[in-house]
Amino acid sequence: MLLLAALDGLAYGSLIFLVAVGLSLIFGVLGIVNVAHGSFYAIGAYVAAAAVLALGAAGLPTWLAFPALLLAAALVGILVGGLVEIALLRRVYGKEEVLQLIVTFAVFMILEDAQKVVFGVQPYFANAPMNWLGTVEVFGIFYTTYQLILMPLVAAAVLLGLRFFLRRTSFGRAIVAVTQDREAATAMGIDATRVYLITFIIGAFLAALGGALASATTSLTPGIGAGTLVLSFAVAATAGLGRIEGAAVAALLIGLGRSAAVYFAPEFDVLIPYLIMMLVLLVRPQGLFSTVQTRKV
Amino acid sequence: MARQLVFGLALIAALAVFPLFSPWSTVILTVALCEGLAALGIMVLLRAGQVSFGHGLFFSFSAYAVAFLAAAKVGHEALVLIPVGMAASGLLAAIVGLFVVRYRAIFFGMLNLAISMVFFSLLEKLFPITGGADGKRVPRPTFAGIEFGREQFELATFYVTLVLCILAALFVARYLLSPGGKALEAIKSNETRLEYLGVSPRKVLYGAYLLSGLLAGLGGAIIALVSGHVTPELAYWVRSGEFVFIAILGGIGGVAGPFLGALMFQIIRGYAAVYAPETWHAVLGVMLLIIIFFAPAGLYGIVAGKGGKPQREEGGR
Repeated sequence: MLLLAALDGLAYGSLIFLVAVGLSLIFGVLGIVNVAHGSFYAIGAYVAAAAVLALGAAGLPTWLAFPALLLAAALVGILVGGLVEIALLRRVYGKEEVLQLIVTFAVFMILEDAQKVVFGVQPYFANAPMNWLGTVEVFGIFYTTYQLILMPLVAAAVLLGLRFFLRRTSFGRAIVAVTQDREAATAMGIDATRVYLITFIIGAFLAALGGALASATTSLTPGIGAGTLVLSFAVAATAGLGRIEGAAVAALLIGLGRSAAVYFAPEFDVLIPYLIMMLVLLVRPQGLFSTVQTRKV
Repeated sequence: MARQLVFGLALIAALAVFPLFSPWSTVILTVALCEGLAALGIMVLLRAGQVSFGHGLFFSFSAYAVAFLAAAKVGHEALVLIPVGMAASGLLAAIVGLFVVRYRAIFFGMLNLAISMVFFSLLEKLFPITGGADGKRVPRPTFAGIEFGREQFELATFYVTLVLCILAALFVARYLLSPGGKALEAIKSNETRLEYLGVSPRKVLYGAYLLSGLLAGLGGAIIALVSGHVTPELAYWVRSGEFVFIAILGGIGGVAGPFLGALMFQIIRGYAAVYAPETWHAVLGVMLLIIIFFAPAGLYGIVAGKGGKPQREEGGR
């Protein structure tokens, strides 16, 4: 029971890590908390499920579903994420935070309905990729390889990849430079507008990737966007907004907490992420892994 | 100022006579006023540059308080139920406020959202007590001891609500002009300087939060009576989002704004239900974007001649 809860928590934690790290990255660079982030997750999930089902219907081999998941997420990140950044967010950088929040909230409302119109309200279930990978045995418990190996592997790859990208590649360093001082970075010849756009696309892609991976494990219904948004915000806030490694720890914490609740107090599983976030914010308002910033007058 | 006063009086007069000519609109207008009250609470917080995505909490809390009291048959009197529901929300705001006024911007917004969603799921899960997703029925109460028929009851509720709205609007207008209200706006422009003046921003925001909780509670109490039914949906984030929408749509420049926004919201909802039933939240989203980008002062700004860009923020962030 305890072990099963731990395995569930691991799988679940890797999933929300992907979404939360995207949210955190966007906030760290653009200074905007993207309320529409949950929609990217939902749309990524639906597009991926539709792609997998289409592959199945066309009689193509199941392993093709894995590149299809990745492709679906990339497509959603570039098309939907890119559009939102270019058309809307660009106009509100540096404006009041309330305004930015409300703009992304409006995007959220639009995307939620758009998703209902395109994909309908009946549940989608595309678990072919999960079944194809089979199960593994851990201490006498059979668990799907997809959830136990693939999902944490993807999450770890994203974590290491992001670290490498931000610290070692020139474009990643440009992102860091713009984050620290946009004006100085621009003076050095960095195209800050492009940096913002690409960062937003990466963040949206990560959310969509989380959704694409999740699409194989659960049935998709309208409303998953809202739940995921709050959950990933809880993770990002627990870690401290803009903290990438911290988000991994916080995601595991909340993932484990939630799956423990599923087994031991199923009535209240939805409450656990909120409670963890509230507790952490109560003690450390800046999050677990952030340092206090000095305020400027 | 005179123009705003004339506008406010015209709005009240129009509202007061409207149900006499079209009885079908009584309930819709009452609902609009209730949502306007909650949006007024949101507006108070917006003055401080804070937005709450969770005021459905206070709205639903007082609605359920009214439902429980009415069911327990201790108070079957509207004039008792409304203040008690409002007080219940005020008490809740006093507790929640202790916690949330320490946070700003997104943290403030999301914490409110989180707490309201906790309450929402409690309402849904604790079926034996709250009736789960089906909610609870609220029997029609008496008014000052008089038992009305359905239509008279609706009409009476409407006028009582209208009077309460006017009182609330006047109170908020007075509050915004008071030192506390002025300090509230300073939280938006420069909180640190406010501290240097010896004013505690937390206390100021706490007062505003209490007020906004009471306003949302007043709206919730009335809506429970007029719709005769409470469901967990009152606490759902969509509901809280609508309050924010109404406040922005109406504009936060004056206390008439949220009510104007609420009336407009009902009109949009009515039309959207006919022409775009599946996508009416998207319609709301698009309208929200249009307002933010093209008429940031909202409907009130357009009507009261204060359109265009809101005042620029000064000072550092």
